[in-house]
Amino acid sequence: MGVMLNVNNIEVIYNEVILVLKGMSLEVPEGKIVTLLGANGAGKTTTLKAISGLLKSEEGEVTDGTIEFMGEVINHREAEDIVKSGIFQVMEGRRIFKDLTVTENLLVGAHVRRDRENIKRDMETVFSYFPRLKERHKQVAGYMSGGEQQMLAIGRALMSKPKLMMLDEPSLGLAPLLVKEIFEIVMRINKEEGTTILLVEQNANLALQVADYGYIMEGGRVVLDGECEVLRNNPDVKEFYLGQSEAGKKSFKDVKHYKRRKRWLS
Amino acid sequence: MDFFLQLLVSGIVVGSIYALVALGFVLIYKATGVINFAQGEFLMVGAYVCLALVSQLHIPFWIAFFLTMAVTVVLGMIIERLALRPMIGEPIISIIMLTIGLSSVLKCAVLLVWGPNNRVYPQIFSQVPINLGPIVISQVYIWSVGFAFLFLALFTLFFRYSSYGIAMRAVANDQQAALSMGISVKKIFALAWCIAFLVAGVGGVFLGNINVVNVSLGFFGLKVFPAVILGGLDSIPGAIVGGLIIGILEAMTGGYIDPLVGGGTKEVLPFVVLVIILMVKPYGFFGTEEIEKV
Repeated sequence: MGVMLNVNNIEVIYNEVILVLKGMSLEVPEGKIVTLLGANGAGKTTTLKAISGLLKSEEGEVTDGTIEFMGEVINHREAEDIVKSGIFQVMEGRRIFKDLTVTENLLVGAHVRRDRENIKRDMETVFSYFPRLKERHKQVAGYMSGGEQQMLAIGRALMSKPKLMMLDEPSLGLAPLLVKEIFEIVMRINKEEGTTILLVEQNANLALQVADYGYIMEGGRVVLDGECEVLRNNPDVKEFYLGQSEAGKKSFKDVKHYKRRKRWLS
Repeated sequence: MDFFLQLLVSGIVVGSIYALVALGFVLIYKATGVINFAQGEFLMVGAYVCLALVSQLHIPFWIAFFLTMAVTVVLGMIIERLALRPMIGEPIISIIMLTIGLSSVLKCAVLLVWGPNNRVYPQIFSQVPINLGPIVISQVYIWSVGFAFLFLALFTLFFRYSSYGIAMRAVANDQQAALSMGISVKKIFALAWCIAFLVAGVGGVFLGNINVVNVSLGFFGLKVFPAVILGGLDSIPGAIVGGLIIGILEAMTGGYIDPLVGGGTKEVLPFVVLVIILMVKPYGFFGTEEIEKV
């Protein structure tokens, strides 16, 4: 299967001075789930916004490198054209339209669609993934719970029939049980709709279970990447992202405790 | 009682035009966050354009009316492209100042083209009044109120059901999220200015038929402020209700209080209401109080 998205050595500068991404590269193969992990401020969200074109609305700019989607360079396109070509970013913090009803939110998601006649059918598809949204389809979205809002945000993304869906921290602020439910649905969407998924997460444990391939970012570039199987067993990842050390639980009584150095820092 | 009903009717007529102009005002505020001080001048331009078509080019009124609608939409587009689009991303206060400048430019342009004299529309609507029980309504009033409500209804439906109407409300809600849905925010802004100019222009045509046409029509825009503040700056139903209330209050004070004190209260009252509303209910009757989850 071919490479759908190819981010090639990009550099992103905010406000013409702040260098956020310093040679960031990643590949997303078609039909797979790829996850992007990293601490706060590593540049994960910036990477997504560089891809979706939203950077331009906040004084950010891709100053070097290229972003290719299905063989076409897209880093100079407007956000609306990028959505039309099939990339949809589900922004961090859900960002649903609070004053609109659930149905209206879903319709906005379908804004770029040209095949208006299929929209009703696709809304039913969304409701089949998220039955809770169907029960509440007339409700004003701002009054729904956090989990329901996240479901709406993902459902809204589905309405645009994206080829690549980018999820920015879908687990943010949700109860563990709900997070599990949402991740299961994301996997189902990937299988049943064939939607390629790029997942940004803080919850490394869960993300590495769901995804096929993972990238780990630090300070604006990728420091480690590999199949999720491999990453899960990498001692550094275990220590710093999964919270397990080699000797099992670490005891603070241990006098000769030393802090493990990240090997990739050399 | 008859006098009261008579005042009520004329209040509703003027109020419905307030509502129409306020609709455009609210639309711009909702979508772009800008308070448009040129809204009254949009109305004035509409009145003059239609007048010129009818009395200078001798086009039949109804054709001129629809041509005016087309002209105002185009003017809205031009103004948005030339004056407002370059300002996207600049501080809101600069854009508000720009609309004040815009209002002067439009006023001067009208003075330049048509001069300062009062002008009147030729007789378009029959002078024969219609008797509704005890009250007498002139035909121009009925047409005005009819068209105002028609437009208000059309736009309410537009915002509720059409894809662009919903997109507009989405932009008003969260601009960046709307951008991430592939909505062209620039297009939505342009649409807001076009609609604002259109509804103000329609209001201007009817107001011009009721009264004389001169540059002071632009001050009508100021009266729209109390209406939108009363209804809530960001609420479309609020604009309609606020417009009607201000219109009726104005007619009532004009009828009952003006004769007692020798006139003038009619002009002041809307602004008294404005001050009171700002003191006791700053978001107005229908202004959205932020939905906040605690």
